[in-house]
Amino acid sequence: MAQVFTKSMARNIFYGGSVFFVLLFLALTLDTSLTLPERDQRHQLDPSTEVGQRIAEGKRLWEHNNCIGCHTLLGEGAYFAPELGNVYTRFGNNKEAIKAFIQSRPAYGIPGRRSMPRFNFSDAELDAIAEFLKYSSEINTAGWPPNKQG
Amino acid sequence: MKYRSQAVARPYFIAAIGLFLAQIVFGVILGIQYVVGDFLFPEIPFNVARMVHTNTLIVWILMGFMGAAYYLIPEETERELYSPLLAHVMFWVFLAAAALTVAGYLIVPYARLAELTGNDILPTMGREFLEQPTITKVGIVIVALAFLFNIGMTVLKGRKTAVSLVMLIGLLGLALLFLFSFYNPTNLVLDKYYWWWVVHLWVEGVWELILGSMLAFVLIKTTGVDREVVEKWLYVIIAMALITGLVGTGHHYFWIGAPEYWQWWGSIFSALEPLPFFMMTVFAFNMVNQRRRNHPNRAAVLWALGTSVLAFIGAGVWGFLHTLAPVNFYTHGSQITAAHGHMAFFGAYVLINITMISYAMPLLNGREANSMRSQVLEMWSFWLMSVSMVFITLFLTGAGILQVFLQRFTDTPLPFMVVQEKIALFYWLRLISGLVFLGGLVVYITSFFVAARDARQGIAPVAKDAELAPVNP
Ligand code: HEM
Ligand code: HEM
Ligand SMILES: [Fe+2]
Repeated sequence: MAQVFTKSMARNIFYGGSVFFVLLFLALTLDTSLTLPERDQRHQLDPSTEVGQRIAEGKRLWEHNNCIGCHTLLGEGAYFAPELGNVYTRFGNNKEAIKAFIQSRPAYGIPGRRSMPRFNFSDAELDAIAEFLKYSSEINTAGWPPNKQG
Repeated sequence: MKYRSQAVARPYFIAAIGLFLAQIVFGVILGIQYVVGDFLFPEIPFNVARMVHTNTLIVWILMGFMGAAYYLIPEETERELYSPLLAHVMFWVFLAAAALTVAGYLIVPYARLAELTGNDILPTMGREFLEQPTITKVGIVIVALAFLFNIGMTVLKGRKTAVSLVMLIGLLGLALLFLFSFYNPTNLVLDKYYWWWVVHLWVEGVWELILGSMLAFVLIKTTGVDREVVEKWLYVIIAMALITGLVGTGHHYFWIGAPEYWQWWGSIFSALEPLPFFMMTVFAFNMVNQRRRNHPNRAAVLWALGTSVLAFIGAGVWGFLHTLAPVNFYTHGSQITAAHGHMAFFGAYVLINITMISYAMPLLNGREANSMRSQVLEMWSFWLMSVSMVFITLFLTGAGILQVFLQRFTDTPLPFMVVQEKIALFYWLRLISGLVFLGGLVVYITSFFVAARDARQGIAPVAKDAELAPVNP
């Protein structure tokens, strides 16, 4: 019985199967790259426009303050604080509301409860972050999240 | 220990366990912050503690892999390591980079760390699991290259076994895929798409090769089963891992902006991903049942069997639970994700490293196995950590089901923070389980000291190999 299926057959399945599925995965990735422009709002990112620059700066601030360490963005990140991929729509399509929220966090937290740190952003920085979150909310995510609560 | 240069594995194993302890201490801090929101605030905010928890996890698992490679490659290739000195130097480079990075997280605000380390020159920071400063990432690449060179040269000059080749392919893939951590475009969809090439293609791709070869090595050594049989299993298992896991990446492409067809590709292929994990369970139990000898290191065999079972439960069962697109639509980024992340990482990658350490450490210390007292402590720690991790997983799953229902499924969805308060009881229970886990880890560490003392006093392990009755003559 052991002779019917040999080690070298198993090895060939490994090498052959891996190569085939690497290629299939790359082909799917290529097709995805071709369809993404219709879904990922890349026209907003043009660095020669003001909006494009603001989004890039917003993403930079998002990363430099490790917001993903508490929040999810399009469902990925930490699960300690609310989803932010749709915060723009949750706040009534209002960038000012987002800015006001970030600005009003107490420096020493709220006794006994979770609280967002106070970051002391400038007004331009707040603008950039809000622009980045607006852009995130406009990505075509196949209808996710299920409702505005994220 | 058959080859002197295998000794370089020792510092890697010791550092791995030290970082494991740090990881769990910060895990407990996170667990407290979940229920007492202002705990250590604003000194250590949640995101900082989380970075320390997840980054020490990744670093100690990598340390364990490297130690494992330095231990098993000489034995498999039947020659000394190409350069033990290089391995030693790289150990200190890696440890220093890890220590400095964690100190940076804790001492300065993250934004300041990003500035100090010149993140704007090549921005890679601020993404989950890849929070390390760019220079740390460069350091990791240098360590990985030196390591691969060292291991590669040894394999090239020595006997080539399936175990060593599979380990090498896995490690090579690990290093190559890490390079995607340097790609961070402003386009959020592209950023996320390739971020998964590090994260998913690691844990559900190349790391499974490393896991498989480590498990195969320990089983060959402890059961005495014919290498041909073990290696055939190994090839089939890793073939299934890559056949399902590569396209299975699609289970992360459902809702991040990628085209809708990923809901089909991702669901179908990732639904098959439990197969290699299931085969690992069958493999491990089969080998132990067909054993030709009774190895005196019983603890190592327990860890090996535990790995195969809990990896299947964590990755296979809990992965399947939320991997189909219509289910994932509701569970994406919830406590269900956290439940699965914990059980899978623990069952697969924590336990395989401890399996290897448990098998190799006594040999590195010049004895085939530790005293029975020490092994009993190890077995206690196995059960304490495993059972408490099962409970952590169950409590998080309970929290997750309620969260998904209240926040996403009902006709009157509640806001995130309101739901968090309602499910706090589960977080308290998780915290208690976490403390038991920490206790189990302390018992594990204690077992090393008991082993050393018993060895000094000349207390022998269990009966010598030859004195035990042959099982399958
Ligand atoms: C004392 C036990 C532990 C406690 C209390 C604990 C707690 C936590 C908490 C609260 C988080 C953050 C969840 C969030 O983002 O909201 C987390 C994340 C994480 N922990 Fe643990 N942890 C423990 C042990 C472990 C162990 C043993 C492992 C690895 C085997 C581990 C691996 C992880 C991973 C991978 C994440 C990221 C999860 C994800 O993004 O899905 N933890 N942990
Ligand atoms: C040992 C192997 C595995 C490990 C260590 C692991 C670990 C993880 C971690 C840490 C995450 C959270 C990532 C994040 O923070 O965003 C995750 C997500 C996920 N895993 Fe795994 N996993 C493993 C295997 C599997 C398998 C075999 C399946 C499927 C059968 C699976 C299905 C999923 C899914 C669907 C998600 C996304 C959850 C979401 O949408 O929020 N995993 N895994
Ligand atoms: Fe995955």
